[in-house]
Amino acid sequence: MKEIYLDNNATTKVDEAVFEEMRPYFTELYGNPSSMHFFGGQVQKKVDEARNRVASLLGAQPEEIIFTACGTESDNSAIRSALEVFPEKRHIVTSRVEHPAVLTLCRNLSKRGCRITELNVDSAGRLDLGELARALDDDTAIVSLMYANNETGVVFPIEEIGAMVKAKGALFHTDAVQAVGKIPLNMATSTIDMLSLSGHKLHAPKGIGALYLRKGVPFRPFLVGGHQERSRRAGTEATSSIIALGKACEQAALHMEEENTRVLAQRDRLERELLTLIPHARINGGGAERLPNTLSIAFEFVEGEAILLLLSEHGICASSGSACTSGSLEPSHVLRAMGVPFTCAHGSIRFSLSRFTTDAEIDTVIRELPPIIRRLREISPFGREMLVK
Amino acid sequence: MWDYTDKVKEHFLNPRNVGEIENADAVGEVGSLACGDALKLFIKLDDNKERIVDAKFQTFGCGSAIASSSALTEMIKGKTLDEALDVTNKEIADFLGGLPEEKMHCSVMGQEALEVAIAKYRGGPVPSHDHGHDHEQEGEIVCKCFGLTDGFLRKVIASNKLHTAEQVTHFTKAGGACGGCIPKIKELIAEVLGEQAKDEPRKPGKLTNLRKMQLIQETLEKEIRPLLWADGGDLELVDIAGANVQIAFRKACAGCVSSGYTAKFVEQKLKDLVSDDITVEEVEG
Ligand SMILES: Cc1ncc(COP(=O)(O)O)c(C=O)c1O
Repeated sequence: MKEIYLDNNATTKVDEAVFEEMRPYFTELYGNPSSMHFFGGQVQKKVDEARNRVASLLGAQPEEIIFTACGTESDNSAIRSALEVFPEKRHIVTSRVEHPAVLTLCRNLSKRGCRITELNVDSAGRLDLGELARALDDDTAIVSLMYANNETGVVFPIEEIGAMVKAKGALFHTDAVQAVGKIPLNMATSTIDMLSLSGHKLHAPKGIGALYLRKGVPFRPFLVGGHQERSRRAGTEATSSIIALGKACEQAALHMEEENTRVLAQRDRLERELLTLIPHARINGGGAERLPNTLSIAFEFVEGEAILLLLSEHGICASSGSACTSGSLEPSHVLRAMGVPFTCAHGSIRFSLSRFTTDAEIDTVIRELPPIIRRLREISPFGREMLVK
Repeated sequence: MWDYTDKVKEHFLNPRNVGEIENADAVGEVGSLACGDALKLFIKLDDNKERIVDAKFQTFGCGSAIASSSALTEMIKGKTLDEALDVTNKEIADFLGGLPEEKMHCSVMGQEALEVAIAKYRGGPVPSHDHGHDHEQEGEIVCKCFGLTDGFLRKVIASNKLHTAEQVTHFTKAGGACGGCIPKIKELIAEVLGEQAKDEPRKPGKLTNLRKMQLIQETLEKEIRPLLWADGGDLELVDIAGANVQIAFRKACAGCVSSGYTAKFVEQKLKDLVSDDITVEEVEG
């Protein structure tokens, strides 16, 4: 069965062009870029080129890019660095809807003497900037707020936030793992001090990320050892992955327009049709600005894992905010923070598209999903009561 | 993705006995929307009101919840009520070729619904695991989020031989939301395990001091530390002076509010498995 892959916020297909670009750096051009000989030197040139390409997508300077092993490492590095840079400041501001890469770290730090403010979101997943203003104080070392939410696609007003944070003298980090390649960015005119990105969300391989670090912003490395990445991240460069990330960023720039037109139109069509065909459905984050590729839709009175298993029978790959898919017992912390009722949170499905998504694939979902929901509601004791109403 | 057996998949994709029985003799409902799963079970008895001739269900829940409901209805048809009551959650899981541990609570839900249905039919007290629907239950509520009582948890711990709080969460959901009752769950485990240990005395006879020290070390390594690891904790043996064992807690156990209780648990284990005169003392490591 051919997969219909609509789970691109979880991970993406490596672009063929990206794969071709990285391929020689395993068995042929395997030199260490730090070596003195020509064989390492030619790899160094490609790593430099990759750094230029990543910088170019962000509107940054190449020296401002630090390659890391993943988005999670970038997030951890940024926040831990701020705490070391400001040893007298022990307050971190973040939000309840961050990815665990930020949230779990902050919750661990709260047990080690840090004060954490987790900002709330409204029912559409939006921040209250007034709450942010009240939270900021002289003790605030860093504010870490995500650019776009991985579950709902809701986009935060990052530049507005950054201006508020700067006025208070704290550092501003954003987890832009889901935003890079979908939202045009320009660090040259931005208020962001540090920004995390991850290769596998933009058609590069898993296990490569980057941290943008604004020139002049003080930084303490997370990994210490060799002098790689100007001593800001020790460890021999993952050359093939870095080269792949560079190519992926170049491709992302070329396809940015398409993400915001063709992919957006596919997402909107899917959303419209599902709402028309399926009663008792609602969009999580529907009232907010969202990523063009993400649709989080809640079906009342049915459970997400059951929906996913039945979709999977048709080759359709999506994900769910349900507790049962993760082995935890609480539905998604993001949907809970938005106050999505339990009845909806358990039955929430996320479709996340990419530039490889076809119209025919969207047609298949529009055809297959309504009968799946109907069937599960027929099995459900609550669904019965509701259908009678 | 869960590693479901073919039998689970098959019962999920083609569930048997979905629906309602209009003039059912017994109906049992457990779970709720808030919990993320719920099961309504309908039972029809033969004219002599002896054997189950038909069973149907409605389930809100994940794939394994639907498959477990389907399996349960198949298993109880043709049984007397007493025979049906003997069906354990483990048998439901076995019927399906096994369930992932995190999904065992789905099979427990089937067993509960059956108990509720039969108790209601017989007019006796309704069993105490009504998942927060009505709190007038026997026993003391341990998990407030899911409304589970100590009696119910003891039973599941004993019959499935559970020995970590995480397992209890997987089987019953208790402790899976706010986590506030996890220390209490650990106490219940220790109590149940203690009772079981009494049932099967494995204690050696009179020991030389050296042999006792060896046994204490072996027991700590083989029996106790693995239980703590499961919860992200650990302990270190600091000293043994006669029958007084000094230990220090590490990782998640260190500074944990329930470490005093954990020390008691260690003591009980050592008393049971090595010698009655052992005392355990927590020291700064
Ligand atoms: C918003 C966000 N932040 C961080 C991460 C973690 O990235 P990685 O998987 O590269 O560690 C992800 C992806 O899982 C994400 O969606």
